[in-house]
Amino acid sequence: MSKPLDQITWQEIELGALLRQPGSAREYRVGDWRSQHPVWTKSRCIRCGVCWTVCPEPAIIQEPGGYFDMDPYYCKGCGTCARECVTGCITMVPEEE
Amino acid sequence: MGHRKGMEVSIAVSHAVALARAEAIAAYPITPQTHIVEHLSSMVANGELEAEFVNVESEHSAMSACIGMSATGARTYTATSSQGLALMHEILFIASALRLPIVMTVANRALSGPLSIWNDHSDIMAAKDIGWIQIFVKNGQEAFDHTIMAFKIAENSKVLLPTIINLDGFILTHVVEAMNFVDQALVDKFLPPYSPRHTLDPKSPVTMGAFAMPEIYTEVKMKHQVTLMDSYQHITAVWDEWAKLTDRAYQPVERYKADNASTLFLTMGCLGEVAEIAVDELQAAGESVGLIELRLWRPFPFAELRAALAGANLVIICDRALSPGGAAPPVLAEVRSALYALSHRPQTLGYIIGLGGRDVSPESFKDIYAKARMEVAQGPSQEFYLYGVRG
Repeated sequence: MSKPLDQITWQEIELGALLRQPGSAREYRVGDWRSQHPVWTKSRCIRCGVCWTVCPEPAIIQEPGGYFDMDPYYCKGCGTCARECVTGCITMVPEEE
Repeated sequence: MGHRKGMEVSIAVSHAVALARAEAIAAYPITPQTHIVEHLSSMVANGELEAEFVNVESEHSAMSACIGMSATGARTYTATSSQGLALMHEILFIASALRLPIVMTVANRALSGPLSIWNDHSDIMAAKDIGWIQIFVKNGQEAFDHTIMAFKIAENSKVLLPTIINLDGFILTHVVEAMNFVDQALVDKFLPPYSPRHTLDPKSPVTMGAFAMPEIYTEVKMKHQVTLMDSYQHITAVWDEWAKLTDRAYQPVERYKADNASTLFLTMGCLGEVAEIAVDELQAAGESVGLIELRLWRPFPFAELRAALAGANLVIICDRALSPGGAAPPVLAEVRSALYALSHRPQTLGYIIGLGGRDVSPESFKDIYAKARMEVAQGPSQEFYLYGVRG
């Protein structure tokens, strides 16, 4: 999108609010919804990638060593990764007030 | 350029749709709309109309199919009534938000319950906020003319809004009337093929109906509101063009013997024809009374209506629907809101008539006139009245 959503005026809305640019949903910062986030205990992580697979957003990134971490732009804090982790190495930690 | 012929109004509407060269129709039959779509279906089956006719299992699907077909760039038509309009309700908002110029005839009929197949306006009044252009007609000729004109209005590149023609169920749909028809050549000249601004085309992909975050929803609604209000000038321009071609002129607010009248009736739809008889007779008896017929319901013609009503002392607003528990029935509420801004405004009194098919005669209007004058003299005991209710 050429402009952030909260700067677009009503006159600039496309006919029928249609979108010409594919994949624009990628720009939604769903990470704003988060009230908790996953923390990985690396000593118990077997780098299987189940967390990456089950994450409903593109919010889990694999680091160069093969371990995983969350992308704060997309992580909604849903906890699916922690629930499905094979070794139980992910803990959901509340965001600070 | 045309010919005069007697015909059932529903059949005339289907001929208007065919003359407009509708390309896509999806509809589900419901009384009293049935003859319109039944006849269109025959015309398609017999090869008289080159169109896709999609039989669907419900009105929800009918409107959904119309949206899909209109989104591909086809000139799209449907018709419904009462429960059918209610069943397609959630889809109606999407058609207008996507700016798809679908034309729909609503054969106005009472909503259940109690179950009724007869006429009133409760179906469309429950759908007044769907963001469509909404027009009322009072006879078969108007139904024929406005069906053709609706396509030209809806498809105007500055408008691109779906449009409803409201046609009183049975009283108009099933009456045989002598009408002036127009030739295909005239319609082709008047109404060129639809040229959509966007279509669903894999070569130029777009997303229609995307999710809107709170940051943008309000702006989208504002754009819709401004477009609908601005459509007024394009609606009247299309009507003016039709008048030049056919000598049949239409206004958003029609005045019948209303000049200098102290009391004005205000009606919508076919009640106007009945009220005209009452006005003729009352005027002959020396009463200062006239009639305003509201043709354009959305966008609401604020300026024209204020100008038409401002000189009167009393306006008797005739609604054909109830707004249970509300401040006033829908037309009365709207007219009062329009008049509120005036420093000197006429008194308004509402009468709800013709619910669920109850007959309204010229005598009814004369009786309402007498009752309203008496109420005003005494100071009205109520904001509005359910005329003729027993008990």
